Amino acid sequence: MNPSEVVMTALIALRSNILRTLLTMLGIIIGISAVIVLTAAGQGAQKGVADRIKGLGSNLMFVQPASGKTTTGVEVIAQGPALFLDDSRAIDAAQIEGIDGVAAQGTAPGPGVPWGTTAIYRGQNTSTTMIGTEPTYQYVRDFYVAEGRFITEDDINREALVTVLGAKVKEELFGDKNPIGESVRIAIGPGNYAIGFTFTVVGVMEEKGATSSVDQDNVVITPLPSFQRRAPMARNPHGTTVSQVNIKVTDGSKIPQIKLAITDILRKRHDLREGDEDDFVIQSQSDVLSTATEVDRTLSVLLVSIALISLIVGGIGIMNIMLVSVSERTREIGIRKAVGAKRRDILLQFMVEALVVTLFGGLLGVAVGTGLTQILQHDFDYHVNLLIRTLDVSVSGGDYVITPKWVLAGLAMSAATGLVFGVYPAWRAARLDPIEALRRE
Amino acid sequence: MIRLKGISKVYKVGSENVHALRGIDLELQDGEFMAIIGPSGSGKSTLMNIIGCLDRPTDGTYELDGVNIGKLNDSQLATVRNRRLGFVFQSFNLLPRLNAVDQVAMPLSYRGVTNRKQVARVALKLVGLENRMHHRPTQLSGGQQQRVAIARALVGNPAIILADEPTGALDTKTSHDVMEIFRRLNEERGVTIAFVTHERDIAAYTRRIVSLLDGEIVSDEPNAPVYRQNVETMSHVLSQPGQNVRDSVGGPPAPRSE
Repeated sequence: MNPSEVVMTALIALRSNILRTLLTMLGIIIGISAVIVLTAAGQGAQKGVADRIKGLGSNLMFVQPASGKTTTGVEVIAQGPALFLDDSRAIDAAQIEGIDGVAAQGTAPGPGVPWGTTAIYRGQNTSTTMIGTEPTYQYVRDFYVAEGRFITEDDINREALVTVLGAKVKEELFGDKNPIGESVRIAIGPGNYAIGFTFTVVGVMEEKGATSSVDQDNVVITPLPSFQRRAPMARNPHGTTVSQVNIKVTDGSKIPQIKLAITDILRKRHDLREGDEDDFVIQSQSDVLSTATEVDRTLSVLLVSIALISLIVGGIGIMNIMLVSVSERTREIGIRKAVGAKRRDILLQFMVEALVVTLFGGLLGVAVGTGLTQILQHDFDYHVNLLIRTLDVSVSGGDYVITPKWVLAGLAMSAATGLVFGVYPAWRAARLDPIEALRRE
Repeated sequence: MIRLKGISKVYKVGSENVHALRGIDLELQDGEFMAIIGPSGSGKSTLMNIIGCLDRPTDGTYELDGVNIGKLNDSQLATVRNRRLGFVFQSFNLLPRLNAVDQVAMPLSYRGVTNRKQVARVALKLVGLENRMHHRPTQLSGGQQQRVAIARALVGNPAIILADEPTGALDTKTSHDVMEIFRRLNEERGVTIAFVTHERDIAAYTRRIVSLLDGEIVSDEPNAPVYRQNVETMSHVLSQPGQNVRDSVGGPPAPRSE
């Protein structure tokens, strides 16, 4: 038989027992689509973490409240321990050797969180992240204003309602129009419960590029106290709270000493006694990197194991049906051998059948998996954060990333399962004398 | 021609050895028409399966056209089954999902014949099924199914057709139709035919009757064949020129003698 005839024979055989064929394919479809969705989630989360680290800039240190979460002023108050603008100023004032700049930052939640930030201009809405900060932010984060001006010391002192827009927010709200001097309403919170104030745009930040998943272009930058001091729920009697103090260092090798010095200052300021735990954490970029790598690895292992389990479950389904179908077809093998089929003719027939089913099912699985990631895309952050909640990290603004490697691996796995469990029993049956095979009912 | 010497077959049933055949010596010349009869359990089916290369003897030698079958490997045996022999079963052994043409064409697919559907149609005409070409086994009567099976045995133009109780599942009238086909294949086309039956009146079609009992040949006698003229389609088709399977296959003629 020539190849096209072999395939035709296989197709006829598969069509003639359509239920069996569909059941086999169902196992494969479930397995493959699970692999695709889960590995896409894993890859997406990894990419998110990697991008975030890439976006951090070099020689950076961060001081954060001990809860370890990047939070709003609201949450910091609710949780008790807090960092204040005055803490940041004290670190700056201490003139620790090796520190090149200090910028306090209060971050409101980003897009996709109920307590998110919305920027509104003439009925145009966009979800964004509000960063309340100081003039030094530009230098410390190496992120500069492109048009107009940045926040000044004067803005801080006056708690001025001025804002510098990220490139993406400017694009969303103004398009090609010049936004400087226009009024933008910035609100935090869900729907009717949102609290917002009207800010005057004074500048637009340079574009950082779209590689970052915590999109640095999708921000509105305001003077640190401006929003906080006006919003009743964010007001703290002890001063202006910050979610993070960014510290630029001249030399990475000095980080250990700098950490000690800052710890000293903050413990004193927070009246911590001997034996009390720090109510803040100091991380350098390399700390973040290693934590993130750790998280990455855990996440990958987690997702790949789930994917493998689903593939194995799918494989068992295939195996089951293949085994049943072959013993059912031992008689057919006997008949074919009786009229002159060689062992390799039988093997070829079953091999092609198995390949056709598994590859067709595999491709359907890829399609279903890809479709699922499209449907789930909207809630990516929610799903991934649900998965990794126990790891005490979070991902935002991520995408499902389908990797060809895993698509191919899935297809190969299903084809292999089909071949092993479809062809091995056929090979055993083909070894029998025809009369033996014919006797099996 | 077929030559069996000292063929025996022993099955293991539990811890006991069952001797199905005990030293069978038998020769079958080309062009013969032979029946093997005997009660059930006499070993006649086992013998037929061994002659048909579907089963292997425990002991003894089997020569087919001078070739020692016992020395052949699995693949060579498949070639012998495909080209030298045609086998007809009591239970037809058709594939449920194929129509008549595809059933009959199947053996040809294992030897790379390209125009095999055409050849299969000729074979189906030979057994009088030209109006049932695209029926599946479930859409055919028992007699029609057996005729499809005979066409399948016939299509490769074997020198020898073997049959194990070919009429065992058929009613009397159909049985005689089938035997008439065999008789004409033997007489008009010179095909060597050997089959197993336990019915005397079916064996009566042949020119030689071998009796088996408990795995041994108890008699081997010539027979004056009975003639019936009730299969009009057969004589009609067989008398038509150019309706020769071998012509369509285009292979070299197999040695054949009366």
